Amino acid sequence: MNAIVTVLGQDQVGIIAAVCTLLAQQNVNILDISQTILQGAFTMVMAVDLSAAKLSFTDLARKLEDLGKSMDLSIRIQREGIFDAMHRI
Amino acid sequence: MLNQKDILSTIEMIDQQHLDIRTITMGISLLSCCDASQDRACEKIYDKVTRYAEKLVQTGEDIEREFGIPIVNKRIAVTPISLVSAASEAPDDVPFAMALDGAAKTTGVNFIGGFSALVHKGMTVADERLIRSIPEALARTERVCASVNIGSTRAGINMDAVALMGRIVKETALATADRDGLGCAKLVAFCNAVEDNPFMAGAFHGGGEAEKVINVGVSGPGVVYSALQAVKGQPLDVVAETVKKTAFRVTRMGQLVAQEASRRLDTPFGIVDLSLAPTPAAGDSVARILEEMGLEVCGTHGTTAALALLNDAVKKGGVMASSSVGGLSGAFIPVSEDEGMIAAAREGTLCIDKLEAMTCVCSVGLDMIAVPGDTPAETIAAILADEAAVGMVNNKTTAVRLIPAPGKTVGGTVELGGLLGSAPVMAVHGASPAAFIARGGRIPAPLHSLRN
Repeated sequence: MNAIVTVLGQDQVGIIAAVCTLLAQQNVNILDISQTILQGAFTMVMAVDLSAAKLSFTDLARKLEDLGKSMDLSIRIQREGIFDAMHRI
Repeated sequence: MLNQKDILSTIEMIDQQHLDIRTITMGISLLSCCDASQDRACEKIYDKVTRYAEKLVQTGEDIEREFGIPIVNKRIAVTPISLVSAASEAPDDVPFAMALDGAAKTTGVNFIGGFSALVHKGMTVADERLIRSIPEALARTERVCASVNIGSTRAGINMDAVALMGRIVKETALATADRDGLGCAKLVAFCNAVEDNPFMAGAFHGGGEAEKVINVGVSGPGVVYSALQAVKGQPLDVVAETVKKTAFRVTRMGQLVAQEASRRLDTPFGIVDLSLAPTPAAGDSVARILEEMGLEVCGTHGTTAALALLNDAVKKGGVMASSSVGGLSGAFIPVSEDEGMIAAAREGTLCIDKLEAMTCVCSVGLDMIAVPGDTPAETIAAILADEAAVGMVNNKTTAVRLIPAPGKTVGGTVELGGLLGSAPVMAVHGASPAAFIARGGRIPAPLHSLRN
């Protein structure tokens, strides 16, 4: 199952490293990353493959959320289907 | 790879523009629960509803978490209870409401609809018994919703039922006087009621429906409002196009959630209701969309035209996004549940007559409107008849959910809490329609040619 991880918040050193480390520890494969600074805010969108993930979707979502809180960022993971549905015919 | 801009726009819609799935509603047939013993019938109802909807709330929460889209309500709609209660000869139907309330609490849904009777042409003994049980049923239960269909385009309007419902609405308000007449927020009188409506208080599982079904109602006034802010001052056809595109996206999300819920619950997918359903939260208002189109205050001249455009564009955009559309599809204008409507009513621009005109071009009717507590039952019945006539002649569903707030007068406020919001008490006309209502009988079905 593919999902989209989005990271939004104040730019700081080590955001990509922290998120990628967490995903690697849970055996989540990153398929694509795009990162930019939008109006001063750090914005990263990642497509990830959860098929071999060690954690359930819910637990992984919680871990990402906790990481986000510790770095004062908003980190969320959502199944890809919602974006496909809303933006592709 | 998905476009980053698209992904971020979805997240912005959810985070800042109140985009959500308003309800996943499971329809359940209770025809198999008929029994000559009322106790036995109630047991069967409780068992069947709790069995079928056992995983409804959990599944809704799972989908919510995985897709990151809020699903505000999980609800149940059942066969109109008057059809089930007809087999028993108990003196009243309140125990059926208690059984439904118990099942709602066990399954964790916040509302269960279907304490209903369809009497657009005539009333059976069971229909009348159910209607007379409504005030006590709504006073003694927390989550049960009642509805009565009093007219249809094919049958006309049953004015005996209208007169009775005028009294029932008053009695329901009095029976829940300690809660500002809250019972009336759970009671709808329909003309042309639909069988697959997922929205409360009027949801029931119609006679033509399957054993069980999943219907989904979407929302999104905040998203439409934001989209229109980007086309300020442009011609109205640009406005219509913008609404259509937004409605398409919102409905696609509803379709996805409906299919996912249907698969996980092993229950057939019924319909997506293409609705713009407001909430009392700032930024989630249908009135503010109309104002964004250029009206100083919702309710002023031009409101009906703006609403007609909005309602049509929502349907046009949504219809292609779903494989099956139904329910009450359209923009809702419940006064107490819409921050902009509340403000417009409070300042006096939005009155009940203008709301009636607005219901000619949108879904659904005079909804969540508080009127003075001393409004006579005949006046309430006449308001029901007017609204039913709008639905009957225009071949559309109309409904009335009035709250004659006990002890309150014009200028007062009714606090209903949560999504039901708060309603300023609005004025009704003082001249009496009592002699008209006392005539009873039936208003014949309208002619379908010579349409002027």
